[in-house]
Amino acid sequence: MNNYTLKLSGLEPLIVTPESNFVNVGERTNVTGSAKFLRLIKEGNYDEALSIAREQVEGGAQIIDVNMDEGMLDGVEAMTRFLNLIAAEPDIARVPVMIDSSKWPIIEAGLKVVQGKCVVNSISLKSGEEEFIYQAKKIKRYGAAAIVMAFDEVGQADSYERRIEICERAYRILVEKVKFYPGDIIFDPNIFPVGTGMEEHRKNALDFFNATKWIRTNLPGAHVSGGVSNVSFSFRGNNAVREAMHSAFLYHAIQNGMDMGIVNPSMLEVYDDIPKDLLERVEDVLLDRREDATERLLDFAESVKQKGKQEKVDEEWRSRPVEDRLSHALVKGIVDYIDADTEEARQKYPRPLDVIEGPLMSGMNIVGDLFGSGKMFLPQVVKSARVMKKAVAFLMPYMEEEKRASGNMSNAQGKVLMATVKGDVHDIGKNIVGVVLACNNFDIIDMGVMVPTEKIIAKAVEEKVDAIGLSGLITPSLDEMVGVAKEMERLGLKIPLLIGGATTSRVHTAVKIDPHYSGSVVHVIDASKSVPVVQSLISKEHGAAYHEKMKADYTQYREEYKNRKRDKNFTPINRAREASVSVNKANIVKPTFLGTKVFEDFPLEDLRNYIDWTPFFATWELSGRFPKILQDEIIGKEATKLFHDANEMLDKVIIEKLLGAKAVIGFWPANRNGDDVVLDVNGKTEVFHFIRQQNEKADGQNYHCLADYVASKEQATDYIGGFAVTAGIGIEKLVEAFEKDHDDYNSIMIKAIADRLAEAFAEKMHELVRKEYWGYDATESLSSEDLIKEEYRGIRPAPGYPACPDHTEKGLLFELLDAEKAIGIHLTESYAMYPAAAVSGYYFSHPESKYFGVGKIQKDQVVDYAKRKGETVEFIEKWLAPNLGYDN
Amino acid sequence: MSIREILKERILVLDGAMGTMIQRHKLEEEDFRTPALKDHPHPLKGNNDLLSLSRPDIIKDIHAQYYAAGADICETNTFSGTTIAQADYHLEHIVYELNYQSAKIAREVADEFTAREPHKPRFVAGSIGPTNRTASLSPDVNDPGYRAVTYDDLVIAYKEQVKALIDGGVDILLVETIFDTLNAKAALFAIEEVFDEIGKQYPIMVSGTITDASGRTLSGQTTEAFLISVSHIPLLSVGLNCALGASALRPYLQVLAGKSEFNISAHPNAGLPNEMGQYDESPEFMSEQIEVFLKEGLINIIGGCCGTTPPHIKAIAEVAAKYKPRG
Repeated sequence: MNNYTLKLSGLEPLIVTPESNFVNVGERTNVTGSAKFLRLIKEGNYDEALSIAREQVEGGAQIIDVNMDEGMLDGVEAMTRFLNLIAAEPDIARVPVMIDSSKWPIIEAGLKVVQGKCVVNSISLKSGEEEFIYQAKKIKRYGAAAIVMAFDEVGQADSYERRIEICERAYRILVEKVKFYPGDIIFDPNIFPVGTGMEEHRKNALDFFNATKWIRTNLPGAHVSGGVSNVSFSFRGNNAVREAMHSAFLYHAIQNGMDMGIVNPSMLEVYDDIPKDLLERVEDVLLDRREDATERLLDFAESVKQKGKQEKVDEEWRSRPVEDRLSHALVKGIVDYIDADTEEARQKYPRPLDVIEGPLMSGMNIVGDLFGSGKMFLPQVVKSARVMKKAVAFLMPYMEEEKRASGNMSNAQGKVLMATVKGDVHDIGKNIVGVVLACNNFDIIDMGVMVPTEKIIAKAVEEKVDAIGLSGLITPSLDEMVGVAKEMERLGLKIPLLIGGATTSRVHTAVKIDPHYSGSVVHVIDASKSVPVVQSLISKEHGAAYHEKMKADYTQYREEYKNRKRDKNFTPINRAREASVSVNKANIVKPTFLGTKVFEDFPLEDLRNYIDWTPFFATWELSGRFPKILQDEIIGKEATKLFHDANEMLDKVIIEKLLGAKAVIGFWPANRNGDDVVLDVNGKTEVFHFIRQQNEKADGQNYHCLADYVASKEQATDYIGGFAVTAGIGIEKLVEAFEKDHDDYNSIMIKAIADRLAEAFAEKMHELVRKEYWGYDATESLSSEDLIKEEYRGIRPAPGYPACPDHTEKGLLFELLDAEKAIGIHLTESYAMYPAAAVSGYYFSHPESKYFGVGKIQKDQVVDYAKRKGETVEFIEKWLAPNLGYDN
Repeated sequence: MSIREILKERILVLDGAMGTMIQRHKLEEEDFRTPALKDHPHPLKGNNDLLSLSRPDIIKDIHAQYYAAGADICETNTFSGTTIAQADYHLEHIVYELNYQSAKIAREVADEFTAREPHKPRFVAGSIGPTNRTASLSPDVNDPGYRAVTYDDLVIAYKEQVKALIDGGVDILLVETIFDTLNAKAALFAIEEVFDEIGKQYPIMVSGTITDASGRTLSGQTTEAFLISVSHIPLLSVGLNCALGASALRPYLQVLAGKSEFNISAHPNAGLPNEMGQYDESPEFMSEQIEVFLKEGLINIIGGCCGTTPPHIKAIAEVAAKYKPRG
C-alpha cells in the first residue's frame, strides 16, 4: 500500500501520491485575490460567483481555494452560503475544496458544510502551541487535511534554517501529539519575492527550494505547497518577465518536491519557450547565481517591456538554422516562409522524405504535445496543420519523382478513413478531426460528405485502414451509422469505428451501435480526444486490452441507461392532448400577403450584426460566451485572434460578394386539428403533422405540441408561416480553392462563417416577418443580444429539431415554399439541406408559442402519428428513433 | 477474544431487518403506547424504535431469532433514535431512554447466547441512522443554498444518542445507511466527542448507501470519495448497506475492498422492492449472490438489510462459515 498518501474528495476522489503530477489549486474564488469575485460576493451575486468556480474546474483546477476574508463581509456567512451553493453544483463539487482563511471561525464554518475531505488553508504556530494543537485536533476530527504555514511565535520563516526549524517542530507536534496523519500535512514554507534589490531577499527562492527538498526528505508523508505569484512581486506590470519567473520558479520548486500550489495558469509561460537569455537571467536571480543577477534582470526587463509594446514583430527566428525555423513556423502557424525553408531543407537532406520525417515531424510532435497537454488550442493547431500541408505539398513533386525510381513507404502511425454518412452534408467537425489526426502523423482518407455505407466499407477494405471515423449532424444520420456497423459485422470486419458529430452521444453509441458490431465502437466527443482514442485502438501492445475495456465500458453505459430509463413515466397521448395550450383568437393577425415571397441576393452586410458568435467559437472547440470569451484568462488570446481572422474573412466575403444569400418565406391560412395543422393552400388542403410531449408532468402543466400555437377552426381562421434561407451559395468554389492551397484553416473558417451567416439570415428574416411581412409586432425594437435571447413574440422552430423532431416534414415545407427552385436548396435522402449553410422552419405568431423539446414519446403516439401521416409505424419509428421512449 | 481478533479468523455475521420482522406482528396504535405516553397527543404507530419501551418482548424475540440463526452481531432497535428523527412524533424528550433501553434489551439477549455458546460470543451494535434530514442537500428546489439541518444540530442529536447507547451497554457503534456523507461526518464527530468525555473508545462501523446505478450516494459522492471522506477515524469496518440487492452491491464493495485498510462490511437488501413494495429475494437466492463476493475475499462482516429475515441470516451464516475473511 502507499505510505502516507494524501487522499482528498469532493464528489470524486483526488489522490496525491509521490508519483502524482503537481496539483493545481484554482485561486479565483478568493476575495483577497480577485476584485471581481469580491464584488460579486458583496453584491450577493452568487450565481455569477459560482460560474467563476465552475470556470476554474473546467480550466483544470483540481482543488478550488475559497477565501472570504474581507473586512466588509460576514466571512462565516459568506463561506457557509458559497460552499452550500457549490454542493448543489455537481460539476464544481466534484473537486475538493480548500477552505482558505486566517480566521478560525470561518475555517470551522467551512468544515461544517463540506461532505468531502477538504484542505484547511491554513494553521500555524503563530499564536503558540496550544492554539495550534487545538485547531489541528479539530481539523482532524472534521476529517480534513491542513496547510501549515512556516510561521511561529517569533514570526514568519524567512531563511532556510528558520523554515526547516518551524516545519520540523510543527510536524513533530502534529504527528506525535495530535496523531495527525502525516500524509494530510501540507507545508507552505513561504514564497517571498526575489529581485527586489534588497540584500536579504536574494536567497528567498533558493531557500524555498532547499527547504522544500529538506521537508520532502526528512518529514515523511508531508507535502509542500505555496502561492507562486508572490515570487515575481517586484516585477508587477511586466508580464513577460513575471510569466517567465513563475514558470522557472515552478520548474525548480517541483524538481525539489513541491507538489501542490496556487498558480494562475494565464500567468505562466511554457518553461521550454522562455527565451534562453531571459531564462538565464531569471534563473540567476532565483538561484542567486551571480552578484549582479538582479541588476541584469532589471535591465533585461526594461528591454523586454519595450519590445512587448511593439507587438512582437520579432524576426530573430529567421536567423536560426533551417530545422529551428521549420519547427518555429509549425508551432506558431506561420506560412510566410514555408516554401523557401522547405526548399532549403530539401537541399540539405538526402531525400525529400527525410525532411518530412525529420524536422517537419519533430515540429508537429511539439504541436501534438502542446495540444495534448492543453497548452495549444484548436485554431492554432489547424494553422500548424496548414503549414505542414503546404510543406508536404511543396515536397510532393520531388517525392513522386523519387517514388518512380524506388517504391514508396509511409511511416504513418496508421490510416484512418473519415466520412460523413449518407444523407448528411455537414463536415466541419469531421474535417477538424481529420486535421488533428493528420497532425499526429496519421494518414487520413477523407471521403467527404453523403457517403453511402457500401462505399465506406469498400474503401476501408481496399485501403486496409486501421480505423473508420463516421460523422453526422442530423438525427437520421444516427440510423445510418447503425447501418454501417451492422453491415461491417455482417461482412465479418473488425476495423474499429469512431462515432462523432453533434447529435451523436456516448449513450446512443452504447445502446444503438455498439451491440451490433463486435469490433470496437468508440464515441469521440471532440477532436482533442480523437488522437489518444485512435492510438489506443490501433496499438499493437494495448489494442486488445483497449478493445476489451471499450466493450466493457459501453456495456456498462448501456446498463446505466437501462437503469435510468426505468424511472421515467409517460402520459398516454390522449390524456396529454387534453392538457394542451390554446391560443387567444384576439391575437390573430393576418399576414400582409398570402403565398410565398422570394428574396434574391440579400445584402450580406445587413446580416453581420445578427451573427451569434458563441456557436462559432464552439465549432473551434473554444467554449465560452461571446464577447466574454475574448477576455478569458486561458483561451482569450486565441479566441481574439480567431475572431479577428473571422472578421477579416467576413470583410472579404462581403466586399467581394463571395457568398450569395437567398430566402423564401410564405404564409398560409391554417387551423389546428388535434396535433395537426391544416393549411389552405389556394383551396388545396395540406397538413403539417406535429408531435406532443408525453413525459409525465405535474397536474396543471401543459403537454406542448406546436399545433397548439394555431387557433382551431371553431375559434377563427388563423395563419402559419414557413421559411428557408441559405448563405452558402457559391461556397464550393471557395472551399475548393482553399483545399487546393492546402489551407484547412480557411476552408473550415469559410464554412463556419457561412453557417453563422445562414443563422443570422434566419434571425434577420424572422425580424422582418414579425415587424413587416406578417406584421404582428410592428412596434418591436430589440438589440441583437435580445434577439439571441429570443425575447420577442413568436417562434421559428425547424423540422428535425427538438420541438418538431420529424425531419420528413421538411418535405412538405419545401414543396410549399418551392425552395429548391426558388433559392436552390435541395434536400438529401435524409432531409439534410444542401448547401449546408441553410436554415428552414415554421413561423408561429401567437404570444403563447414557445420553444420546447418533445423529449421521449410512446408507442400510442407513434401509432397515432403514423396513421395521421399515412405512413407505416416502422417508417415513423425509423425516423423518430432518437425520440422513442420504448424499445422497438 | 476481542472483536478485532475474531475478525482476523472468521467472517462475522450481522443480523437482518428489524422493520420486516416487526411488520409481521400487525401492530396497532396501542402497541406503541407506554403507560407514560398513554395521552400523548400525536399518533405513534409506525415509530418502531418506540417498541423497545412499549413492547420489549417483541424486540427481544427478534434479536433472539437472529442470534439463533447464526448472527454474531445484532443491531439495537434505534435506527431513528435521534431528537431530529423523533421530532416527527414529538418525542424528543424520550430519546435517551429509548436508546438506553434498546441497548439494554439487546445486551441481555446477547449475554444469554454468549453464556450458552462461549465459543461464539455475541455482540451488540448500536444502530445510528442517518436521521430524516440532509446536511449537504437542500430540500427546497428554489434555494439550493438552504439546509434543513446543520452540522451543529446533528452533532448535538448524535451525542445524546451515542451516550445513551454506550450507557445501555453496546459493544460497537454502527453509523449506517449513510446517504449524505456530511451527516455521517457529524455522527463521527459526535462519537469522538463522547469518547473524549467518557475517556473510553468503542469500535466504530460505518456503512454507506449507494442509491443509484452509477454508484453514487444520494449526496453525489462516488464510493471512493465516500470512503475517503470517512477514513479520518480509525474504523472497525467500512461498508455498504440498503438500497440495492447483493449482486448490485458487488462492484462498489470491490472498490472499498481495494482501497481501504479497514474491515469491509455489507448488509444488502433482499433485492429491490417489487411493485408492492416488498422484497422478494429468497434466502437461497440471496446467499448465492453473497457467496460470489465472499469467494472473492471482499468481506469481513456480512448481514442483511431491508426484507431479510432469520432464514436469510441462517443461509448467509452458513455460506460465510465456508470462506476466509478478507485478509
